[in-house]
Amino acid sequence: MKPFEYLEHTADVKFRAYGHSPEEMLSNAAAALFKSMVDPFAIQAKETWRVLLEAPDLEQLAYNWLSEIVFLFETESAVFSTFTVRLQQDGSLRLEGEIGGERIDLKRHAFENEVKAVTLHEFQIKKNDVWCIQVVLDV
Amino acid sequence: MLNINKIEENIYEVPMGYRPGMRVPGRIFVSEKLRNMVEPGTVDQVANVATLPGIVKYSMAMPDAHLGYGFPIGGVAAFREEDGIISPGGVGFDINCGVRLLRSNLDSKSVQPLMNTLIDALFEAVPSGLGATGRLHVSDQQLTETFLAGSKWAVEEGYGVEADLAHCEENGRMKGADPSQVSVKARKRGRPQLGTLGSGNHFLEIQRVEEIFDDAIARKFGLFKGQITVMIHCGSRGAGHQICTDHLVVLSQAVRKYRIDIPDKQLACAPLGSPEAVHYFGAMVSAANYAWANRHIIAHWTREVFERYFPGSQLDLIYDVAHNVAKIEEHNVDGQRMKLYVHRKGATRAFGPSRSEVPEAYRDVGQPVLIPGSMGTPSYVLCGNDRALELTFGSACHGAGRVMSRSQAIKKFTGKDVKAALNKDGIVVKATSPGMLAEEAPQVYKPSGEVVDVVHNLGIATKVAKLVPLGVSKG
Repeated sequence: MKPFEYLEHTADVKFRAYGHSPEEMLSNAAAALFKSMVDPFAIQAKETWRVLLEAPDLEQLAYNWLSEIVFLFETESAVFSTFTVRLQQDGSLRLEGEIGGERIDLKRHAFENEVKAVTLHEFQIKKNDVWCIQVVLDV
Repeated sequence: MLNINKIEENIYEVPMGYRPGMRVPGRIFVSEKLRNMVEPGTVDQVANVATLPGIVKYSMAMPDAHLGYGFPIGGVAAFREEDGIISPGGVGFDINCGVRLLRSNLDSKSVQPLMNTLIDALFEAVPSGLGATGRLHVSDQQLTETFLAGSKWAVEEGYGVEADLAHCEENGRMKGADPSQVSVKARKRGRPQLGTLGSGNHFLEIQRVEEIFDDAIARKFGLFKGQITVMIHCGSRGAGHQICTDHLVVLSQAVRKYRIDIPDKQLACAPLGSPEAVHYFGAMVSAANYAWANRHIIAHWTREVFERYFPGSQLDLIYDVAHNVAKIEEHNVDGQRMKLYVHRKGATRAFGPSRSEVPEAYRDVGQPVLIPGSMGTPSYVLCGNDRALELTFGSACHGAGRVMSRSQAIKKFTGKDVKAALNKDGIVVKATSPGMLAEEAPQVYKPSGEVVDVVHNLGIATKVAKLVPLGVSKG
């Protein structure tokens, strides 16, 4: 299983991310989002950010998770390379995420794109042999 | 070949039944040549929009149409107030992304020798690119005032002059803002970014008027051959993106609540008059006003730079247009006057002389329609015609439209090559992230002249002037 792959899209960035579990899929999706902007090997996980999210279902939780990463990238001026996700179901679905990264240094972080938002266009989660999420990013 | 029918020159129809559930046919305004550049996915998106409740006449796509999310880019659709909807998919994430054009009293011969210095100074004066925060430090209260009053707030704070306001769509302040519907997150993204250009296809450009197509209207707009103009292309920055993100989540729930069947999740919407629709509209208008204030502040700093190098020079605002917005407008539909929510997603309003929304100064000719080029390609000034009201609810294209994906562009060009090619053509470029220039290479866009010709030939808007870039500051 490859963690993720990019698909052709004229104006934006489209990818599919996979996982043996929903947690792994969400972690890989975050990595795909970030790799579309900057080389992950140029990022050192010097600092840790924690997020807590809640949603009625996995699809909305996934949307909130990826949107939260865009929000942190912009408001913290940080780039991320490691993503750990834990899910808990009690009534609603809860996500606890741990994100490793560092503050942006344009000398070391050469950006190819800037992700500005996560769209819901063709947004879907499927489970066949493995879990799969498809996402189109607004860049 | 795409399954669309030619109705007349430059007008193609997406027939009822192209996909199930269409309430009206689609209309795509393209020439033969541009038709071949329209991807099947774009036609699907035109058809998807045609299924939304309360849509009137047609789901439309302008000549620069290309694949978007929800609506196509270049998409226009209007919905009845009584039974229609509002959708952020028809506005986009960058709410009130738009274009502002300033005319100088300088001629290119006197400015050209200083181009490198000028672009360096503008690059310095107007923060741009990734992670750029503004020179401004606005309080939460001032941010609220920006959401409420847009350009008017900027002028009161000393950015720009009163006369500018009469030369902005909506006078730079759209009615109906409700900042209480703007989340803490959107404020957090928006606050440090007021007075910044952003990245991607946004730019600040020094241009020369290369060609005048219509002498009388050009005089009205104060344009002459060889003149220096300045174009600013940007929007509502992180504030708009977060507002769209937040309300998409709410509206995704609303489609279930109101049992609206949508073919694409990005077309999440709510019935007009419902709390969800009212809240989104109030937040969207707040972002639109933020964008007008943003362009106002950037224009002010541009004027300061010109004043430094050309003391006594004038930079007067010709006009400022929004090309990502939903607005309440009255239109004639089958002989009836109707109040409609017109969504323009990557489309510019192009009102002719009959509309009271056109500024006093242009009332006898029509509003200026500003079509930005991509980096290195010409921009155009057109003038809105009443014919547009019949054809497109008074709308025109907004740019050239992409033909090549960003990933293809990055494989094909490097930022360095793009910069070198532009320099060879005598265009000075300065960018924060040179790597990002590749995806904006001029070759990734459709030929802008062809797009503008379709608009002109259909009578939507009249070509007035062609502007070529001399210097560009980018994110």
